[in-house]
Amino acid sequence: MSIPLFLIFAALTVASALVVIIHRNPIYCALGLVSTLFLLALLFLGLEAHMVAVLQIIVYAGAIVVLFLFVIMLLNLQVEERAMVPRPLIAVAAAGGILLGALVLVGIAQTPLAAPVPVHADYGGTEPLAERLFTTYLLPFELTSLLLLVAIVGAVVVGKRRA
Amino acid sequence: MALDVAIACLKAVVMLLIALQVMAMGVYFERKVSAIIQDRIGANRAAILGFAGQGIVNTLVADPLKFLLKEDVRPAGADRFLHTLAPLAAVIPALGAFAVIPFGDVLEIGGRTINLQAASLDVGILYILAMASLGVYGVVLAGWASNNRWSLLGGIRGSAQMISYEIAMGLALIGVVVTYDTLDLQEMARRQGELIWGWLPAWGILSQPLAFLILFAAGIAESKRIPFDLPESESELVSGFFTEYSGAKHLMFMMSDFVEVVLVAALVTTLFFGGWQVPYLGREGFHFPWGTAIALPSLVVAILQILSFSVKLVFFTWLQIVIRWTLPRFRYDQLMRLGWKGLLPLSLLNVVVSAALVLLREGRT
Amino acid sequence: MTPISWYLALSAVLFAIGTVGVLTRRNLIVVFMAIELLLNAVNLSFVALARGLGSMDGQVIVFFVMAVAAAEAAVGLAIMLQLYRLRETLNADEVTTLRW
Repeated sequence: MSIPLFLIFAALTVASALVVIIHRNPIYCALGLVSTLFLLALLFLGLEAHMVAVLQIIVYAGAIVVLFLFVIMLLNLQVEERAMVPRPLIAVAAAGGILLGALVLVGIAQTPLAAPVPVHADYGGTEPLAERLFTTYLLPFELTSLLLLVAIVGAVVVGKRRA
Repeated sequence: MALDVAIACLKAVVMLLIALQVMAMGVYFERKVSAIIQDRIGANRAAILGFAGQGIVNTLVADPLKFLLKEDVRPAGADRFLHTLAPLAAVIPALGAFAVIPFGDVLEIGGRTINLQAASLDVGILYILAMASLGVYGVVLAGWASNNRWSLLGGIRGSAQMISYEIAMGLALIGVVVTYDTLDLQEMARRQGELIWGWLPAWGILSQPLAFLILFAAGIAESKRIPFDLPESESELVSGFFTEYSGAKHLMFMMSDFVEVVLVAALVTTLFFGGWQVPYLGREGFHFPWGTAIALPSLVVAILQILSFSVKLVFFTWLQIVIRWTLPRFRYDQLMRLGWKGLLPLSLLNVVVSAALVLLREGRT
Repeated sequence: MTPISWYLALSAVLFAIGTVGVLTRRNLIVVFMAIELLLNAVNLSFVALARGLGSMDGQVIVFFVMAVAAAEAAVGLAIMLQLYRLRETLNADEVTTLRW
């Protein structure tokens, strides 16, 4: 992905992420999350990961955040008086976050990364992903399906109205 | 480089034009076909200089003008940003999904071979599923932003219905993907040009009839048309989740409704009825099975294919409109039961049987 | 072509934003959204490095992360539904005791 395009998308992603954590209305936070996830999908496209980008939109932006919105609407969550912790704690948390980010950024800056390896035309498509998924990573795949089953049953059982 | 971008834009414009023209036809059919089915004439009074065109002026000129010129009402207490965002969130994914629908084979002009598909993604069909998932936001936000209990109810019901039928739609699509061994819609349309037993075009309906029925039903449910229109239910919830919208925003919701009708028609056409395929028409002209061959220039072939695609689109749009005015609507629990306990197991069965047949076919050759 | 380390830098920034979100917000659902931000930052990191190394393994891991995040979101939101029914609030400062 060309540098100017990356910078635009990166700036928008950071802005959306800030909306998620700063805005007082939970619905706007959810919309900020959708925006962040969509922009991340575009960044994945720039990294030639087509399948993962589309899956990101279908699963994350199209299902998980809809679930969030559902719950917010079902519970009719309004803007709260005390949306965030007291001011001093916010300052400490922000300082901690900045410190964490700075540490990781310094680590990244000091690690020499080789130029991206040229990849074959099919990279990021369905077939290579499926080939990996069903050969090398078959066991995690099957376990994930089991995990999803457990999650479905668990969500139904936990969310039921106790008569 | 700039020429490539220009060609891509032109293809997108052509696809949008086809989609929007068929949508306009759909709007007109809605009025006229409903009138014919209900044994009346339909709206035909509005006229320009005496020309009323059997109701065309009324439906396609006067009605949109009325919507656009109406006052834009925003209910008190409604969130202004969300209220404005919801119609956009409904229309944009619906129109965006047309990017991967092929409207012709190739056009060979000036030494270039132009693939007549606005965006040739290698994950074509998944892009349509992604746009369908994003379409839920319009409903959810419209219901919430109206500050109205009935709209909220319509919005929640609508989005629950949409995500339920997305699953059946996705699984039906898997059956098709397994049969054609590709995710790209243009490849699927091309493969349907092959002839079985030398004379029968191998359209998708012959190899995946169950997937066609499931996809058609799930598609109608996705676009919240009758018989699945409880979120909108004109006789119960006024207009359901878009009750509090007037003027241009209401027009955008109705537009998204009809655009999704055309999208379902386009999907069904491309996957099961050959898309742009005209039987026995190849890139160089007609090749009839009894030996006659008519050579045609590439431009004529492309135009014939675009015409064929448009005719099929119009047919399936008309079919959905007839279905709308014929069937009563499902009750909400019947709707959910059909989606989860009816279409989902059927589409799983379809996937298993398709996969088994593909394995058998490949094992034999 | 942007250097891969720039993608990693963006991932680090998103991760930091997510951490601050988890620490400062009191509404449990928004905290959950910040956790999703964390997971996505890591996804970006995986995809970027996968591209840098030319291997598909990173994308497979992203696939699994998405599946696990979906499962976690479903169960977590069910828990929050039940919590709201019992306590009438989702403010983290007010759900501090296990029993009344």
